[in-house]
Amino acid sequence: MTTHATPRPGDPAITPALVAEHGITPDEYDRVVAMLGRTPTLTEIGIISALWSEHCSYKHSRPVLKTLPTQAPWVLQGPGENAGVIAIGDGLAVAFKIESHNHPSAVEPYQGAATGVGGILRDVFTMGARPIAMLNSLRFGSLDTPRVRYLVAGVVKGIGDYGNCVGIPTVAGDVMFDAAYEGNPLVNAMCVGLLREEELIRAKAEGVGNPIIAVGARTGRDGIHGASFASEDLSAETEAKRPRVQVGDPFTEKLLLEASLELIRSGHIVAIQDMGAAGLTSSSAEMAERGDVGVTIDTMKVPVREAGMTPYEILLSESQERMLVVATRGREAEVKAILAKWDLVAEVIGEVIAEPVYRVTEGDRVVAEFPGTRLVTDCPQYHPEARESDAAIERRTRDVAAIAEQPEEADPIWTLTRLLEAPTIASKRWIHRQYDSTVRTSTVAGPGHADAAVIRIRGTRKAIAVKTDCNGRYVYLDPRVGGRIAVAEAARNVACTGATPRAITNCLNFGNPKKPEVFFQFREAVYGMGDACRALETPVTGGNVSLYNENPQGAVYPTPTIGMVGVLDDAAHATRMTFTTPGDAILLLGEPREELGGSEYLAWIHGTVAGAPPACDLDAEKALIDAILEAIRAGHVRSAHDCSEGGLGVALAESCIADETHPLGAEVDLSAWPALSRRALLFGETQGRIIVSTSDADAVTAIATRHGVPVYRIGTVRLATDGLTVQVGASRWTAPLATLADAYHGAIPRAMSRAAAETVGTEGVA
Amino acid sequence: MKVGVVSFPGSNCDEDALLAIVERLHESAVLLWHKDHDLQGADVVILPGGFSYGDYLRSGAIARFSPIMQEVVAHARRGGPVIGFCNGFQIACEAGLLPGALLRNVSLQFRSMPVTLRVETSQTVFTNAATAGARLTMPIAHGDGRFTADADTLTRLESEGQVVFRYVNAAGEPTEAANPNGSMRNIAGVCNPGGTVVGMMPHPERALEPLLGSTDGLVLFESLLASVKA
Repeated sequence: MTTHATPRPGDPAITPALVAEHGITPDEYDRVVAMLGRTPTLTEIGIISALWSEHCSYKHSRPVLKTLPTQAPWVLQGPGENAGVIAIGDGLAVAFKIESHNHPSAVEPYQGAATGVGGILRDVFTMGARPIAMLNSLRFGSLDTPRVRYLVAGVVKGIGDYGNCVGIPTVAGDVMFDAAYEGNPLVNAMCVGLLREEELIRAKAEGVGNPIIAVGARTGRDGIHGASFASEDLSAETEAKRPRVQVGDPFTEKLLLEASLELIRSGHIVAIQDMGAAGLTSSSAEMAERGDVGVTIDTMKVPVREAGMTPYEILLSESQERMLVVATRGREAEVKAILAKWDLVAEVIGEVIAEPVYRVTEGDRVVAEFPGTRLVTDCPQYHPEARESDAAIERRTRDVAAIAEQPEEADPIWTLTRLLEAPTIASKRWIHRQYDSTVRTSTVAGPGHADAAVIRIRGTRKAIAVKTDCNGRYVYLDPRVGGRIAVAEAARNVACTGATPRAITNCLNFGNPKKPEVFFQFREAVYGMGDACRALETPVTGGNVSLYNENPQGAVYPTPTIGMVGVLDDAAHATRMTFTTPGDAILLLGEPREELGGSEYLAWIHGTVAGAPPACDLDAEKALIDAILEAIRAGHVRSAHDCSEGGLGVALAESCIADETHPLGAEVDLSAWPALSRRALLFGETQGRIIVSTSDADAVTAIATRHGVPVYRIGTVRLATDGLTVQVGASRWTAPLATLADAYHGAIPRAMSRAAAETVGTEGVA
Repeated sequence: MKVGVVSFPGSNCDEDALLAIVERLHESAVLLWHKDHDLQGADVVILPGGFSYGDYLRSGAIARFSPIMQEVVAHARRGGPVIGFCNGFQIACEAGLLPGALLRNVSLQFRSMPVTLRVETSQTVFTNAATAGARLTMPIAHGDGRFTADADTLTRLESEGQVVFRYVNAAGEPTEAANPNGSMRNIAGVCNPGGTVVGMMPHPERALEPLLGSTDGLVLFESLLASVKA
């Protein structure tokens, strides 16, 4: 079909330079001309630049993403909606999603992070779910640089101020520091919401004649081209794009949350979607595409913040706290009344039409018109070349066993203490004490207490456990194995709290996919995640792809962040990571191997990221999860903590000191593995291991053995005054808990207190 | 007992307070909409935590002008019990129901953590079932919690028994390290001269169940029940 649109007076001519400025390739432009049968208008160029950006179109990632498993009997909504949804029993369901706000946070950390939280909240409550928990997965460069400390302080304050005001507890996450993230911090926010199954609503435009209503905040000129900004590398010119970062208003978000849930429950609307990336353009086009209907929108009817805004600006604005609603015809007044109760505006700006077009008018003038849903579906898909980089192969195959120990390592307590103060391992209390983690009075285990956060579900005995995870070093060194580990570790964390891992959302943070080595990382990591999701029966329900996380110094570590949700049938089973009772037996489920590759030990003590990452045996992981869940449900487990960064040594120390108010000592004998080097035994990061404390070692041993999981009694919980004692063969070392606790709890506050003195200097730079 | 919990548009602990009354105390409670002028016959009014109207200007500064607050102030003037938690404490101060003001935390950061409180007086509607000197553990979660008043007011509060709670360490001492926000004299909560209006920065409604880590808030709600039933 032919479409018609008229350029506005004063629109620039459509030249190759203008097309290129919009990030549209010559081939893509040819597709647009073929689709329209004519030269596009400026407004249409703007729409295409947003919808065909990587951020909105997944044009480089979709074919690979399609290989991920998405089905399970409990999955109510898989990928393709605002958020995924799983059933948790009792007629209840949880909606959850993770999303990146990396690029905005790199140039404006406070607003970048805050609006990331706002966006993911809206994705969840537009499904009809009330948000009940927030998580954040953050990656920064070294805390030694003032710029990084400035980013950390700004991002944390942005996350806190937004979530605290809306009143959703921020309960968990993960934070890692590595020079690879120096110029490109990663800020991934996850939200989890609760709904009754029948309240689930989808963002699918339906019903010819139904009005399309803009709801919430007015549209301004902020954030124009945010989606395309997020689809290119950062560079020296990036600073000039700071106006593309939106500004958040959490109070309006809170009003919008309440109004949206009331709208959804009122029965007056058929669909609702956040005006997120690419604002009005993507929300309207995506809702039309899902419903396979036409839409027409008049930009003159959109409530705006300032006079003289063009259709181009109104369509591409990423002003925050806005929703697009399709209402049932005749219910406009009721919709407006609900919004008015919350002092928000609602204006009819268009309608669902039978004619298969996506049309934008400015009063009577048609300024953009696309045939049917081809605006979304005609976006090209790319299958870039994939080839592992020689540098990664060289790093992986390096003989890390040949790296000589430093003289101080003769005393493993020295090494342990150093590792406990590594920011990636150290307590993140400086961060999470800025987040309200107890609002909504349902937080059973908050940040820093357990391997995952546990949130009870009111009115039932149930709880959910949630966690984010990903070790980008492993993925860099071996993307397939690293992708598997990201899922397996998140599942193990959730299981350590007593929850059955159920499903994941993912946030795939990578570099420029047009580079073969980056696309190789992407493809292999996704394959690895798929392997683990199938083995552990945790399908993918959605997520977000963030590419182009690179700058002239190079790309970030490939970081496919996993957001895992698990379910406890009885909240009383919720299990923490810290020892509780002197005299309890300490058991190790799983066993150590000679694996140092990719470890925090090599990175922090030796400044080396090299070697093959630890192996990931998915059958063993599944058996381990089944064993720990059975032991916890039988009531035998007093604490459970998985071994991850820093290995067995760090995990034991954390079980002693992570709870500042109730530290306990331990006496441990690790002589059962004489063939292992001491550093691999203590600090290697072999997967599939959990440290358990129990009053009934025999019962736990029997359960583990029945599941085919190796189990060793390695020690006993002692009083705090006894410290942590480790024996290997004839050697024996004891560390006072105060030393370990000072390293663990003091490291990040000490590093950040240096930042305060420098704030004045760095804000000028930023 | 019937409790009215005020819902400002930015309140986010109103449901928590309501559920505390209904599920933990098994008493009746209703939400009072900020645009209304009706206390719906409530014996007690709770001003819950949150960000009343966004609090971009100053915490609680706009809330005092809301329709419902006119009724709450009248209720308080009649001797009716009014309890403010966190943002509710800030609003009570702004509305002139309580002395002093809550300024930005001295750290300039939001603080979310458990604190230990010492009960300083049992002569209020919210502490009559507690013992003076008793220690209670419960969460705080605020950015503007630094209690501040002029010297005369502080002297009067101390001498008249209007300091209700203080932040203390495990040994019960009001040390600087135990003070999470820089409050003058470690003050965590105060009351009016009659002990019928009480404001506190900590969240007793978050400390009512073993599952959530503390039941130390119960004694305060039981006090409320006792004073209304009396």
